[in-house]
Amino acid sequence: MEVLIGITGKDFVLLTADTTSARSIVIMKQEEDKTRELNKHNLLLTIGEAGDAVQFAEYIQRNIKLYEIRNGVPLSTKAVAAYTRREMADSLRSRNAYQVNILIGGVDPKTGTPELYWSDYLAASQKMPFATQGYASYFVMSTMDRYWRPDLSLAEARALLQKCFDELKKRFIGNLPSFLIKVVDKEGIRTID
Amino acid sequence: MARRYDSRTTIFSPEGRLYQVEYAMEAISHAGTALGILADDGIVLAAEKKVTSKLLEQSASAEKVYVLNDTMACAVAGITADANTLITYARQQAQQYLYTYSEEIPAELLVQRMCDLKQGYTQYGGLRPFGVSFLYAGWDSHFGFQLYHSDPSGNYSGWKATCIGANSSNAQSILKQDYKETGITLANAKSLAVKVLAKTMDSTTLGSDKLEFATVSKGNDGKIAFHLFSAEEIDQLLKDENVAQFQEEDS
Repeated sequence: MEVLIGITGKDFVLLTADTTSARSIVIMKQEEDKTRELNKHNLLLTIGEAGDAVQFAEYIQRNIKLYEIRNGVPLSTKAVAAYTRREMADSLRSRNAYQVNILIGGVDPKTGTPELYWSDYLAASQKMPFATQGYASYFVMSTMDRYWRPDLSLAEARALLQKCFDELKKRFIGNLPSFLIKVVDKEGIRTID
Repeated sequence: MARRYDSRTTIFSPEGRLYQVEYAMEAISHAGTALGILADDGIVLAAEKKVTSKLLEQSASAEKVYVLNDTMACAVAGITADANTLITYARQQAQQYLYTYSEEIPAELLVQRMCDLKQGYTQYGGLRPFGVSFLYAGWDSHFGFQLYHSDPSGNYSGWKATCIGANSSNAQSILKQDYKETGITLANAKSLAVKVLAKTMDSTTLGSDKLEFATVSKGNDGKIAFHLFSAEEIDQLLKDENVAQFQEEDS
């Protein structure tokens, strides 16, 4: 029932995850943050198996941080995505595979060029202009196919995202009352409404 | 006094020195000179070959300058066999990084990997250190073109211009005088490299059979290009700098 959506704009990536934390028929909390900041310009969103999602996200987060401390330079979005996919692939043929689906959004600190990567529990990975994980895909990808254009402004991207939320509210049986929305741009990562 | 503490690499002498490491550096000071010069738009690596013979198959054997990956190359001074082992290691490390991060390894990182390996041989294992010094010329998106030098102790530093091997102190002082801090182009650097080698090489004549010359620069397509000069290109370069085979002035 969890949902991740990512949209690249002119010089930013707009990323959102639903904030519902539920088990079976019970909603445990409504303010869950399914994102983890990897470095100043890269954000990881994870959903999937209980425990795995957080475990994997924090494992990647710690290792990206370690790289920065060791080497004094941050990793690019492409390198972060490649590293994360590699970890997922290595876990796949081990005793305990991570059952986690993710989105990674980031910008190049110098140029502000945005990049969004979609990656799943089978370690498939693809750079995309807009992407979703979860049941949302069935409803929201077609909305974005229709309305997404390159070089969207933040306001336009937020409006597109609203169209996605409205579509889910209308057509998706799962109730997702609230979403956490974040923007990654040259200045860094921040939360918006 | 020194002799008693020589045989084990992994122990200090009473004066606090590691003799095996120092002896390795001594071995390097007898090897063919290699120098590197950093320019704004690239790096020059130039070296004097010790093994020269008309019978040597030039195109098939590199003695001094080697490619490490798509963005880095190196020049060596010291025991060639030791150098080969280390270069194999460096190439593997570079590819391992590419495999994990889908990007070329940053220059300083590759230097660090090599140095960590070299340092290990001065602290454990009971094996002698590698008798090689390296000059690394590379490019990465963080710091652009960079030149590094590492020695058998596992120590390294970044340089604008430096020299290793025989007559290196001589060459170093010439470089110190003639190297311009700002606005140095690859063409300037090539010219300076040839001048310095001409002044410090042991042999009386300078020819393409005695030199290895290479540049690391950005091509027109934006990709990093490694260019190993052919014999004809070296001869042309020497002619351009007026230090060719039959020069009048002393060499």
